Amino acid sequence: MRRSSSRSELAFRLGIGAFGFLIVAIVCTIGVVLAVQSMASIRKFGLNFWLTRTWDPVAGQFGALPFIWGTLYSSLIALLIATPIALGIAVFISELCPPSLRQPFVFLTELLAAIPSIVYGLWGIFVLVPAVRTVERALPAAVRATPLFSGPPLGLGLLSAALVLAVMVVPFISSVSREVLKSVPAAQREAAYALGATRFEAIRAALFYARTGIVGAVMLGFGRALGETMAVTMVIGNNPRISLSLFAPQYTMAAVIANEFTEAADELYLSALVEIGLVLFIITLLVNSLSRLLIWSMNRTGRVITAPEPVHASA
Amino acid sequence: MGSSVFRTLSTIACAAALAASVSADSIKINGAGATFPYPIYSKWFAEYNKLHPDVEINYQSIGSGGGIRQIQAQTVFFGASDGPMTPEQLQASPGRILHFPTVLGAVVPVYNIPNVRAELKFTGAVLADIFLGKITKWNDAAIAKLNAGVTLPATDITVAHRADGSGTTYIWVDYLSKVSPEWKSKVGINTSVNWPTGVGGRGNEGVAGLVSQTPGAIGYVELIYALQNRISYGSVQNMAGEFARASVESVTAAASSAASQMPPDFRVSITNAPAKGVYPISSFTWLLLYESPKNKAQAKAMVDFVKWALTEGQRYCADLGYAPLPESVVKLEMAALAKIKLS
Repeated sequence: MRRSSSRSELAFRLGIGAFGFLIVAIVCTIGVVLAVQSMASIRKFGLNFWLTRTWDPVAGQFGALPFIWGTLYSSLIALLIATPIALGIAVFISELCPPSLRQPFVFLTELLAAIPSIVYGLWGIFVLVPAVRTVERALPAAVRATPLFSGPPLGLGLLSAALVLAVMVVPFISSVSREVLKSVPAAQREAAYALGATRFEAIRAALFYARTGIVGAVMLGFGRALGETMAVTMVIGNNPRISLSLFAPQYTMAAVIANEFTEAADELYLSALVEIGLVLFIITLLVNSLSRLLIWSMNRTGRVITAPEPVHASA
Repeated sequence: MGSSVFRTLSTIACAAALAASVSADSIKINGAGATFPYPIYSKWFAEYNKLHPDVEINYQSIGSGGGIRQIQAQTVFFGASDGPMTPEQLQASPGRILHFPTVLGAVVPVYNIPNVRAELKFTGAVLADIFLGKITKWNDAAIAKLNAGVTLPATDITVAHRADGSGTTYIWVDYLSKVSPEWKSKVGINTSVNWPTGVGGRGNEGVAGLVSQTPGAIGYVELIYALQNRISYGSVQNMAGEFARASVESVTAAASSAASQMPPDFRVSITNAPAKGVYPISSFTWLLLYESPKNKAQAKAMVDFVKWALTEGQRYCADLGYAPLPESVVKLEMAALAKIKLS
């Protein structure tokens, strides 16, 4: 009896281990296949692929910098817009919302995540872009002269893309943050109240306690924004030129792959597009590793601060 | 006498057996390629299947580049492309690939200028300068000179182009390269290019959408999209000096004018065709077939289909917004089809 249970235990461990290993294998295989397929482009351009700005399929000159810039810039702006909104939603639902309204609110935010991205794209083109164009036109000339808002008011461009992305990542950040807030022990809040904290101070203490999870939620949204393709390509204007301006049409890595892959018949061109995929893969890995590092370092320093925090709140 | 009767009988028996075997297992042919001719190709395959229930043709509209890659890899029996294959691509193929023009299309300049209802006139040079970013206002002297009597506003021009690789882009930049040396040296010809200016939309419908929404925009789309979306499109000056508007007649005329100097492999650009009455931004779209296909049964069925498409099939063109091939080109193609080795 004892022996058979230990044998099934072993089989279980091996089986589960194999699934765990499968993930590692899949990630490695993706990396290797991308690298092999983009070899022609890697050989020809080397590190310059990351650093040059020309994307010219006719001349066979390929540089990914404008796409890297557009991807990171649009995702960062999207996060700047989405994070406060998503945190507000999460705090409201988990801390302030009347229990009878909680379920409908949760349902509605999660519904946002279920809408296909092409629908966001269509909404972007027909509703958001004309609205952004009107706002851009209405801005005073002094504002339009600054580098952040220069260029013709097309409506299409980085700002529209960032706004669409923001709407798309809000449900991700807010539902994960809400779960994290829910897992904050009641003792934390009770302790804060016991020390005479106001509601705001108690929530602040809970947010502080949950900070690593919230950073994780934001990073999840960032990862989602980096890879979003359809909705972005429909509103960003698809122009591979680096610009600081929020009004300028720009381009992202995922969008250029989706747009140009089908018609790329030439080997170097195809290989350059695959290398864009490789660059996106590496950047996504880097972003995720950085967020891990951030969470790890916060946990380390956090341990020292958590103890005095309630004291601080009561002061 | 007896032996001849026997021979006749055995021939009949053989023919019957063959017919039975053909109808028993129908012939399936797979193809892939250009999206531009997809509506008429799918119409043709459906109609042909009604006439010949034993022949089933599948077509995936994955884009011209994809079609070329797939036929080179021999994963499909035939390919389809809006631009002819380059000599390097032909060299890299495992066998000799033949081009067969099937229908004609036209690309038109579409625009959206507030309060201008008139049909504008363009020359190739003006279109090239607009797309190079050298003409930036609608009331520029170069445009005003061609359109006397139209009050053009001082609105900024927004250039809209295809963001995705496309045969439509190929035809458009092929034309611009012929009329503007600067375009040819700075930008060149391909299914996607390094655009000097403008915003990119996905697909014909994407560009049509950008133009109809953005005041001051100019773009280029297949004729059928301009008609369906009711966007104004301009006429373009041809080599004979006339301002031609795209129509079934003016596009077929462009192909007729090319028929006399048709190269034997049909890989010819008919943009800016030098004749009267032609619309200058017209092009063939091609089917790609191996000269010596491995599967002879499929080859025979495909050749029969192409013969049907080039003759009876042409009557479906106009309804779907394509221009039919001129008789002269069809005659040349019929002769070329005989080159495909069926045994």
